[in-house]
Amino acid sequence: MAETKIDSNVFVQFDRVQKSYDGVSLVVKDLSLAMPRGEFLTMLGPSGSGKTTCLMMLAGFETATYGDIMLDGISINNIPPHKRGIGMVFQNYALFPHMTVAENLAFPLEVRKIPKTEREAKVKLALEMVQMGDFGGRRPAQLSGGQQQRVALARALVFEAELVLMDEPLGALDKQLREHMQFEIKRIANNLGITVVYVTHDQTEALTMSDRVAVFDDGRIQQLAPPDELYESPQNSFVAQFIGENNTLEGVVKEIVNGVALVQLDDGKLIDCNPVNVSKPGERTRVSIRPERVEFNKDRLQEGAHTLKAEVLEFIYMGDIFRTRLRVAGNDDFIVKTRNAPDQVRLEPGAQIDIGWLPSDCRALDA
Amino acid sequence: MSVNPATAPLLSADGMPLKKSLGRALRRQKIRALMLIAPLLLFVFVAFIMPIVSMLFRSVENDIVADTLPQTVLELQSWDAELGELPPEVVYAALASDIKIAAKARKHTKVGLRLNYEQSGVASLFKKTARKAKKWDGDADAPFKEKLIEVHKSWGEIEIWQTLKVHSSNYTSGYFLNAIDMRKTVSGPEFQPEEKQVLILLFKRTLVMSLIIMGTCILLGYPVAWLLANLPARQANLLMILVLLPFWTSLLVRTSAWKVMLQQQGVINDLLVQLGLVADSARLVMINNETGTIVAMTHILLPFMILPMYSVMQTIPPTYLRAAKSLGATNWTAFWRVYFPQTVPGIGAGSILVFILAIGYYITPEIVGGSKGVFISNRIAYSILKSLNWGLGAALASILLVAVLVLYWTYDKIVGIDNVKLGG
Amino acid sequence: MLTRKTILATAALSLVAGSAFAGGHMSNEMTIVSWGGAYSNSQLKAYHEPYSAITGVTILNDESSGTATAKLRAMNEANNITWDVVDVEAGPAMALCDEGLAMVIDPDTMLARAPNDVSAADDFGDTLVSECFIPQIVYSTTFGYRTDLVGSTPPTSVCDVFDTEAYPGKRSLFSYPINNMEWALLCDGVAKADIYDVLETSDGQDQAFAKLDTIKDHVIWVDAGSTTPQLLADGEVIMGATYNGRLFSLIEEKKQPVAMLWDGQVMDLDGWIIPAGLSPERQARALDYIMFATDTTRLADQSKYIPYGPARKSSAPLVGKHAELGIDMAPHMPTSPANLERAFLMNYSFWADYRDDFDAKFQAWLAK
Repeated sequence: MAETKIDSNVFVQFDRVQKSYDGVSLVVKDLSLAMPRGEFLTMLGPSGSGKTTCLMMLAGFETATYGDIMLDGISINNIPPHKRGIGMVFQNYALFPHMTVAENLAFPLEVRKIPKTEREAKVKLALEMVQMGDFGGRRPAQLSGGQQQRVALARALVFEAELVLMDEPLGALDKQLREHMQFEIKRIANNLGITVVYVTHDQTEALTMSDRVAVFDDGRIQQLAPPDELYESPQNSFVAQFIGENNTLEGVVKEIVNGVALVQLDDGKLIDCNPVNVSKPGERTRVSIRPERVEFNKDRLQEGAHTLKAEVLEFIYMGDIFRTRLRVAGNDDFIVKTRNAPDQVRLEPGAQIDIGWLPSDCRALDA
Repeated sequence: MSVNPATAPLLSADGMPLKKSLGRALRRQKIRALMLIAPLLLFVFVAFIMPIVSMLFRSVENDIVADTLPQTVLELQSWDAELGELPPEVVYAALASDIKIAAKARKHTKVGLRLNYEQSGVASLFKKTARKAKKWDGDADAPFKEKLIEVHKSWGEIEIWQTLKVHSSNYTSGYFLNAIDMRKTVSGPEFQPEEKQVLILLFKRTLVMSLIIMGTCILLGYPVAWLLANLPARQANLLMILVLLPFWTSLLVRTSAWKVMLQQQGVINDLLVQLGLVADSARLVMINNETGTIVAMTHILLPFMILPMYSVMQTIPPTYLRAAKSLGATNWTAFWRVYFPQTVPGIGAGSILVFILAIGYYITPEIVGGSKGVFISNRIAYSILKSLNWGLGAALASILLVAVLVLYWTYDKIVGIDNVKLGG
Repeated sequence: MLTRKTILATAALSLVAGSAFAGGHMSNEMTIVSWGGAYSNSQLKAYHEPYSAITGVTILNDESSGTATAKLRAMNEANNITWDVVDVEAGPAMALCDEGLAMVIDPDTMLARAPNDVSAADDFGDTLVSECFIPQIVYSTTFGYRTDLVGSTPPTSVCDVFDTEAYPGKRSLFSYPINNMEWALLCDGVAKADIYDVLETSDGQDQAFAKLDTIKDHVIWVDAGSTTPQLLADGEVIMGATYNGRLFSLIEEKKQPVAMLWDGQVMDLDGWIIPAGLSPERQARALDYIMFATDTTRLADQSKYIPYGPARKSSAPLVGKHAELGIDMAPHMPTSPANLERAFLMNYSFWADYRDDFDAKFQAWLAK
């Protein structure tokens, strides 16, 4: 067993946690994770990737099959959920339908035997914090989705939990409201200085809200990094594909010199890449280039850089940007995004152009 | 002056007012719908409404006395029942004549039986009198006063005449008074003598025992419903079959099985004696009393409690319990404060069903209830089937019906009938 | 569409069901009402089977004699008589006759003469207590007790039933006043001869109820003749009252550890009535059946199956051995000299007059 790091700054820690429901397959495979106090961490991944299971193990509704989960340095494996003192916001809010909003908020305070006057003051504060001060007497069924969301948030915060878990809390809201609430949650979390573990399958949400994002797939964390790093430096092709839009080309590594990999694409063309996940010539690789980093203006390309021939298939006007679909090295789905600037070129379908990029923007990842 | 387009009636394409043509189109639909349910309505009318109306009518109908003893009833009108004097000879003569005619038509027993409900002994009085009166011959045997008193001394007592007069009207509140242990007398309603007061006791017993049965059904049914709602589908189906099993076996078989289980030489007592929990000489009496009725009826009515509870519990997502626990509630608090209140509509529906079925139950108390575990419905059955006092049976049944409606209304006021869920 | 079909089908079904209920009597069938159990079986062997064999009439047995009076009254109210011949005791027969619910039967023209050519009226003699009633048997209601559950000194007197200290345990009694009231008074010190005079007064009735009160909690009240034998067999009661024929069957045929307590046996007559108001065709068949079933031979035949004394004098010498067990039946009859000595004779006409009065009071007392 790995030596447990004693780091006073670590607040939540997963140490080699495994989880199996059926004794045959693992839903969570050897997961280790450490979170400092006050961090907003998002678990992002497709459904079935193990992110919700991790959240439920942290909340205490599932038990880890192997490994330790620690809170503030203490193993909580054997502590029942109601004694963990962790706030939680559920996917469908789980507001108690037979209680008013104020009663819902008072519930965690009541079970903690907080005196009535203090209780009322706290409920009032919490409601005001989410701008629901006038709704204390209503029933959950009388509120809109967004309002219910705010109440659920207030209820998870009212008993001053240091750690709050959120399980796809914005999934049921429409786009505009969702964006507004993302901002709101982030603001409140910052103000209170709480630690948040947030589960979502919406990458935009993950990128805009989080201090760090853990990308889950197949029961493992594929990459754990701040949003910019995650976007710009994906460590493997799953992360590259999952986060943001991405163009891929397949090929074989010819050589690696001075930290630049020469990759021969399947149609024979050569390109320069940043060897992220490849180590020696002969390896198959999947090359990843973000659409906004593709350049077709010759003036802006680096001297001597490799270029590829491309045919314009489609031009889509999207307002702030142009989105152009190209055929490159046999890939019909190669996207280029360009800013809508006064001097920007609008490519015509059928045009033959040369495209290129900085070698550092072209990442050679695992095949 | 121009027509204000805002207030002018809208016209349909053919120039008819829109309201009228809408009405016509809807009427056709309504008639069609009515035709579809006509057989059902007819069935409900014949099989449900008519018997209830007829029952209500029987509880106040009383034309037998005036029909069988017309002259006596007429002559009694001018007799003041409260003076404490026997009626004059003319009433006796009228009675002698009436009874003679009735005896020939063999109708005297019926009227005797009717009046026997009010005053014990009248049935035999009429039978005896009729045997003698048949042989009397009009005026030749007058005066009749002494003769009748000679036949039976009751004719010389004022009580019988008061009874006759009080119950001579064609419609009577007498049956309803009887149903609450009272009776009609010349000086208004009075309580029955102590030894005849039994019906209020039975009403109370029915109410209390139905409540107990309802309570045991809630206690036993709740965990089962919870299991049904929370087990994996396969096990839940199996359990559901077990719950429904009683529906598929004959009521009589089940009730008789309880007899075998509960009697003093029965399975449960044998087991208790073998385990040494109960001495052989002190075997428990669990049948032919209240215990027997409560046990057997709880078993029979349990599915009616479980099913509504189950259908409500099924709609409560498990996240509520998780949410409560994450907020710091212990298992018990989470259940009691969060889960339980949401199941109240199911408990309410089940309770109404069980309670209403219980207070009308007849066959099970009859078989396992002995004399202490019987309900008011057994009394109704006795009145209808054995003593043939249909008026009293109808009055008791009407009171039961009203009691159920009142309870239903109260429940609606307190809990709200909208909150009752039988499904989904 | 489906709904309409369902509704039509339901309506059709209810019509069919309705007509089936209304139909009832096929031309070659008759419904005979009796008590069920060993008694009905003896009638089946002695009367029904031979009669069906001769005439080809199908006989339907209805075991409703226990509630016959009420049901006949109800049928009369509804004007739909579904029974052809009814087996009842003498008291109810007299009451039914008074009420006009049973037809008058002339013994001279409608019953068979004795083999020695004595008229039926003379042959039946005193047992013809009502003009509507043709008696079959003399039976008695008496107690049986579990020989293994009553201790070393078995009960000898009917008053032992009221002695819950000497004989602790449950006893079963019929849930109606007849017999119970008499036994209560008898065991409360009233002389046999005075019982009905005392019972006619309300003080006497109170006295009887007071005596019954002393054992009320020790009694399982039953309303069918078959229940007490079952309770005795199960050991649920240590003693219980029922008809002597049922106890005979329990003791001799089923070999249960039960013995008869002949003391205080109340003898009664049981026989046939024909409901008034039958169609001429059905009435003729009912009379034909009565003529056949109450002749000297048939009455004696019945006693081969059940120990009830035939009501005809001419049948008495023909009483022999049990058809299957080969037991001599005479000592098991309530009318055998040894048993008769301890009998109590019921006053039929008292019960014909007072039954309704007493029933109401008794039921109220029972429910308390």
